[in-house]
Amino acid sequence: MRRLFKAARIVRAALREIFDEAAYERFLSRTRMLSSADAYAAFCREREFGQTRKPRCC
Amino acid sequence: MNKTVSIFAWLAVGLLGAAAVGVIAVHRGEPINALWLVVAATCCYAIGYRFYSKFIAAKILALDALRATPAERLENGRDFLVTNKWVVFGHHFAAIAGPGPLVGPVLAAQFGYLPGTLWVLAGAVFAGCVQDFVLLLFSVRRDGKSLTEMAKEEIGRVGGFVAYTAVIAILVILLGVAALIVVNALKDSPWGTFTIAMTIPIALLMGLYLRRIRPGKVLEVSVLGFFLVLLAIWGGRWASLNPAMAHAFTLQGTTLAKLIISYGFAASALPVWLLLAPRDYLSTFVKLGTIALLGIGIVVLHPTLHMPALTRFVDGTGPVFAGKIFPFAFITIACGAISGFHALISSGTTPKLIARETETRMVGYGAMMAESAVAVMAIIAACVLQPGVYFAINSPAGVVGQTAITATATISSWGFPVTASDMQALAHAVGEQTLFNRTGGAPAFAVGMAHIFSQSLGGATVMALWYHFAVMFEALFILTILDAGTRVARFMIQDALGHIYKPLGRTSWYPSILATSALVVGAWGFFLWQGVKDPLGGINSLWPLFGIANQLLATVALCVATTIIIKMHRTRYAAVTLIPLAWLVAVTFTASWHKILDPNPRVGFLAQARVLATGPATNATARLIFNNRLDAAVTAVLGIMVALVLIESVRQWIGVVSGREEARVKETPFVMTRLAEERG
Repeated sequence: MRRLFKAARIVRAALREIFDEAAYERFLSRTRMLSSADAYAAFCREREFGQTRKPRCC
Repeated sequence: MNKTVSIFAWLAVGLLGAAAVGVIAVHRGEPINALWLVVAATCCYAIGYRFYSKFIAAKILALDALRATPAERLENGRDFLVTNKWVVFGHHFAAIAGPGPLVGPVLAAQFGYLPGTLWVLAGAVFAGCVQDFVLLLFSVRRDGKSLTEMAKEEIGRVGGFVAYTAVIAILVILLGVAALIVVNALKDSPWGTFTIAMTIPIALLMGLYLRRIRPGKVLEVSVLGFFLVLLAIWGGRWASLNPAMAHAFTLQGTTLAKLIISYGFAASALPVWLLLAPRDYLSTFVKLGTIALLGIGIVVLHPTLHMPALTRFVDGTGPVFAGKIFPFAFITIACGAISGFHALISSGTTPKLIARETETRMVGYGAMMAESAVAVMAIIAACVLQPGVYFAINSPAGVVGQTAITATATISSWGFPVTASDMQALAHAVGEQTLFNRTGGAPAFAVGMAHIFSQSLGGATVMALWYHFAVMFEALFILTILDAGTRVARFMIQDALGHIYKPLGRTSWYPSILATSALVVGAWGFFLWQGVKDPLGGINSLWPLFGIANQLLATVALCVATTIIIKMHRTRYAAVTLIPLAWLVAVTFTASWHKILDPNPRVGFLAQARVLATGPATNATARLIFNNRLDAAVTAVLGIMVALVLIESVRQWIGVVSGREEARVKETPFVMTRLAEERG
């Protein structure tokens, strides 16, 4: 049962990483901001450079 | 585990795998169950991962868990970040899995299920996984440098220039082909067109929701977007039944092409947060869910494959695309076996997230195995169809005839019986007006997937919903790639132009954005238009061109890998990358030669141009002749450039092996990891 929970935690962590939720949390803790429309806009601006240059395979 | 038990367990896996591959290889005459492919793939991957990747990790790469990775040394909370290995695995897989491993195997199924399956299994274990693994490790040891940077440093300026040009070329051709696949899937399909059109406002809505209502709640908004997409699929049925809506959304190929070109230009200029990012999230969400669902569906339902092991078209006369099994099966299936494009991702985001060198094995080798498994699923989805149905969907009108009667008569004469009424019933079941001449692979994959799903969930009554779900799934991928790929190519061109005139390199300068966007969209739009107007369906000439470009990029990646291995004084093991490299050189250069010079006008670009020049002239003749000559020139230029990299690499190898040149790799110096200390 413990292994199952651990696996579920890892899947959740992977999904949060893939979908940038974890990156947003790190951004908030790094910039000491609270989640808001402005904070998310700042996060999007910061990530825009990397995101638009990230190749996706065929 | 006890060593003896382990030996016997692996022996059992080996024997089971050998038996499954044996059944696949020698079975003739009667349909076989898809489970044989699943068992063969599982055993091959297990043995490849356990033994071959471990051998590479230990003997060649000497993975060092104590060496600090760039994620640790350069951690900045943004690009460089120590990340859990399973999370990196998911991230990497989501980046490498696109429509390629679904479309290529479907097209190559014209040869039968055997060639594609063997190439996907052997290609992945011995070439694709190895390429992704070693490139990932080499990039980790160079602070996450890209393939083009590594090519420039290790092979020289020629290597860097060719890698750069090959990336631009492959992007442009890929985008043109990808757009053509969408056009062919949506033409004369009001249901499909309505659904895909709806994904644009859904993505915009998601972008606004993320920005204004629930900032950062990406998983939540992806689930919401997914439900809206399901609603759009359901609404598509209504649109197809409503005469006014059906008329508005029934579009011809040329109209769809114009719309997609306009969309591509507009989307690449919109803010990322508004369209690209939310649609990327949505397509990733749908992609991961659908692949998992398809895998479960195949294992649980284990359908029967109706396609024979080998068809008569191994001789090169295939209707889907012309050309013999060698080399064309091996360039048609790229992403499921080996894809040069993966080298860009292995040397892009992923190396900056790896916590320990030892994890590159699971991420690089393992994620490519998962991608290969997706290709096996695509082979199964295509081969569960009756061969006559498969060929009716995938054959262009220029080969089988314009009407249902002539098409079914032609296909039946090949030994694959199919009737016009069968096709009409199938089209009706999936909610389409017709399924003839739907080249490109996506519709055939969608029919196969709908066939598998509808056997378990909802039966024949929901087959149309499953079909349009599959079409939406592929089109969503492709629209994301069009937008993202246009931006990536645009930035690469801006980077280069910035050396000539500084303002052109500024990514925020609007004249530069518009000019470079127009250049990139115009380039892939040209190939799309060429494909739409091609009487042979476009895929016949464009997919091989894409396959050649992709595999030539893999050739560059393997040249870089081999050069580094030799410089690391591991020459005795260089065969690990040298053999796949030799195979790819043989495949791509033979394919290039055929595509340029083959006297068969269905295969050779120049032969087709000659036939057109001597035949009756129409309004389109001059353009078709030009297109064929241009395709031949593009293939030749790519081939020459990669030959230059090969020559340059071989020169380096000889220099190092003979002792004339110093074997100096450009690795970042060793730094002891802190993670080991922290763990005690």
